[in-house]
Amino acid sequence: MSGVIGQAVSRIDGPAKVTGSAHYSGEIALPGLAYAEIVGARVASGRITSIDTAQAEDAEGVAGILTHLNMPKVNNVPLLPSLIGGPAPGETFFPMQDDVVHYAGQPVAIVVADGLEQAQHAATLVQISYAETPSITTIDQGRADAYEPEKIFGGLMPAQTRRGNVEDGFAAADLLIDAPFRFAANHHNPIEALTTTAVWDGDQLTLYDSCQGIKAVQLTVAALLGLSPSKIRVLTRYVGGAFGAKAMVWPHVTLTALAAQYVRRPVRLALPRGQMFTSCGHREEQEQHIELGATSDGKLTAIRHHKISITSPFDDWAEPAFGVASQLYACPGFEGVHRLVRGNTMTPTFTRGPGEAVGVFTLECAMDELASELGIDPIELRLRNITDVDPNTGHPWSSYGLRECFERGARRFGWAGRNPQPRSERHGNWLIGTGMATAGYPIAFFMHTQRARAHLYADGTAIVQTATQEFGTGTSTVMTQVAADGLGIGLRDVRFEFGDTDLPNAGSPVGSNGAMMVSAAVHNAATAVRDQLITLAVSDSQSPLHGADPAGVVVAGGRMTLAGDANTGETYSSLMQRHIMSDAEAIGSWDPPPLDTPHGLLTFGAQFARVAVDADLGIIRVRHMVGAFAPGRVLNPKTARSQLMGGMLWGMSQALLEGTHMDTRHGRWANASLGDYLVPVNADAPDVDVELIEVEDHVTGPLGVKGVGEIGQVGAAAAIANAVYHATGYRVRELPIAVEHLLAHLPSGPASAAAGAQPDLT
Amino acid sequence: MDGEIAALPAERGPSAQAVTLTINGEPRPLRIEPRVSLLDALREHLGLTGSKKGCDQGTCGACTVWVDGRRALACLTLAVTCEGHEVTTIEGLSAGGELHPMQAAFIDKDAFQCGYCTPGQIMSAVALLDEGHAADDGQIREWMSGNICRCAAYPNIRAAIRAVRDAAGGE
Ligand code: FES
Ligand code: FES
Repeated sequence: MSGVIGQAVSRIDGPAKVTGSAHYSGEIALPGLAYAEIVGARVASGRITSIDTAQAEDAEGVAGILTHLNMPKVNNVPLLPSLIGGPAPGETFFPMQDDVVHYAGQPVAIVVADGLEQAQHAATLVQISYAETPSITTIDQGRADAYEPEKIFGGLMPAQTRRGNVEDGFAAADLLIDAPFRFAANHHNPIEALTTTAVWDGDQLTLYDSCQGIKAVQLTVAALLGLSPSKIRVLTRYVGGAFGAKAMVWPHVTLTALAAQYVRRPVRLALPRGQMFTSCGHREEQEQHIELGATSDGKLTAIRHHKISITSPFDDWAEPAFGVASQLYACPGFEGVHRLVRGNTMTPTFTRGPGEAVGVFTLECAMDELASELGIDPIELRLRNITDVDPNTGHPWSSYGLRECFERGARRFGWAGRNPQPRSERHGNWLIGTGMATAGYPIAFFMHTQRARAHLYADGTAIVQTATQEFGTGTSTVMTQVAADGLGIGLRDVRFEFGDTDLPNAGSPVGSNGAMMVSAAVHNAATAVRDQLITLAVSDSQSPLHGADPAGVVVAGGRMTLAGDANTGETYSSLMQRHIMSDAEAIGSWDPPPLDTPHGLLTFGAQFARVAVDADLGIIRVRHMVGAFAPGRVLNPKTARSQLMGGMLWGMSQALLEGTHMDTRHGRWANASLGDYLVPVNADAPDVDVELIEVEDHVTGPLGVKGVGEIGQVGAAAAIANAVYHATGYRVRELPIAVEHLLAHLPSGPASAAAGAQPDLT
Repeated sequence: MDGEIAALPAERGPSAQAVTLTINGEPRPLRIEPRVSLLDALREHLGLTGSKKGCDQGTCGACTVWVDGRRALACLTLAVTCEGHEVTTIEGLSAGGELHPMQAAFIDKDAFQCGYCTPGQIMSAVALLDEGHAADDGQIREWMSGNICRCAAYPNIRAAIRAVRDAAGGE
């Protein structure tokens, strides 16, 4: 009501973050703190034949060492994505329960010492011998035994998506596109490593944990240790980035709790950067194969989209690749199939834009190819195929906006008048190309009841609380705005309190659902308090509002007035003081619509990119990116833009930089450091323009918020890959795109004459 | 195993010794082992957690501080070598509770999201202006490339640096 929703408010956590006074999980001062270091398995498969901790135990400062020989047994807990709101272990396997090694880096010992350096040193003194067995760590090694799982994604999604009849669709097609793609594994690498501090007080456990969902941590550790959740409190305010790495609760959290119990002191574990590659999941290595059938006027008749990827020995995990890819276009026939290979890696996990960032890449590169083959402008081709209803269900979208995204994005980018001919623009030695792609991201109503508490004092200030945490999305700022708006008071009069599992329940903000679900609960709490006081005022004979229709009362600046008559009214304070009330309070709750709600549920967008490719060396520079998105209602354009921009640059990175490569001789990641695993630095990042298109949505909660966390990434890599084709005339079908892919296909390269020919993937 | 070697006492490095570091203009006496990095001395021994650990390997820049006014990676610097030198951390940047213009610009331009790389970015950004490496965006991009921002706030970081440069009358 107070108009603060939609304002570009600067982050309220800004002063703490720019002065270094914001405390992250590893920065809580605790008396008697000891430091833990995990020893990871050196081999990828086999058994531990002997483990000798004597030398390590004798090292200075060592307080205790746990291995499978003395580690307490934990309960088996099924893998369920944290968005459900229950226990959410990242893998069903829990380490140090026996002598079997399933993957390199699997924790086999945990060393605790007085000092950090002492723990690090003692960890190197633990002597372990292994009986190594052959490992499978790539798709190629396990392809012969690939299987089709029943369900993927922690049992949440079917492994197949089908509609219509693809064979009929291909028979009716005038043109076929057949494109195989391969994708390297990716690691999230938030700059703050996963860090846990565990403190026991009798049978009460307090955890300070760098996570995406404190409730998920509480429930997971409780389930594993067989403790009541009421005995566990998780305190986490600021998290140094997550991107999916902290969405599930990984074994090191519970290991730290067990280590603290063992040494009877508070224990902190901060994963070293190298262990970040074997401790918190990854985007799995995968291949996707897409076939499109289309009529000569560009109408899709069939899509067949298959994926094969590698998972752990214990879990059928695949990022679901065909959510958005099956929904963007009104193609009558669709077939999506996930296949898996079991390998010696840990269970993969959510990585920004899980599944969709890769599935949409494949679809949108194939669409670009189709546009080239048909001589139709890429945007026009999409416009001929987009649909006002979800093609899988026939339900209308809860809100749409895709046409406006194409229009506004194209205008901002300067798409009109583009010469579709590859290699048609050259500046000096740079081949210039432009590309575009459609973006989409699902809205998933898997969460449980969301709750928040609003507490208004008689001086007109408020505290609003919920058990969420700030990992850079801007939630603490945005929820302050939502609370101020709902209460009808100023931003400065609200303190938003979060980061404590003792506060009312909020789910893990994953899958771009944070702003939607948390704002719904905060809004409902704030307006419940407002409505209590309006009800009191209109029934109070001493109030100027006495007898008024409560629906006709508005609140701004802490003052309740008649709508359209600002002179008739009074402040919350005067009402509360007259009634000798020191405060008013309400819990607001929100339940998502049922999963079978009759609406198509996606957020939409359009991506554009301009690249320059060195005509001799194949070096690729992204010059400019434009994204236009329709995320429902925008609560704060400043923070929303930043999240979308970050997502788009993740898409740039997905296209050109990121790949973790397996050394199959040892079954270990070969580039497990920030020096070898490339992420963008400032010089890699082009300027990014973000267009926000607000669309009204009456399904996604009281404020009509969709989400901005992932959609920025979806489609961005495809726009860049399509631009690389436009610049060079060559389609690279492997990510990340590297100089090596292009060298033979540049103007001065040996295959120059064949530019535009199909690549040879062998 | 060779019995004689097994009988040797466990391996021990040099023990903790007294050092006085000068941090943000103040002498800070402490007892640390020679192997303690400046970053761990700040974070684990002195309670100055504004400097962040992103990699402990010199690859991310989250630990950027100044030693005698020059940018240094605190994770690759042994604390004992800093005796007699002036160490400045993010906590020393804003005098008397007033934000440094670069800190204010980072908030204004939304030059961070999670904030974990931010102290290092700001220490680099302020040094960049002093070094004369902010003449144009090309220079800023190169000379800020030692500081990784995984949230990818880079365009906004450049905007913040430009704003401070231009307010100071350019270079
Ligand atoms: S922590 Fe020093 S460079 Fe990363
Ligand atoms: S703000 Fe998150 S890493 Fe830079």
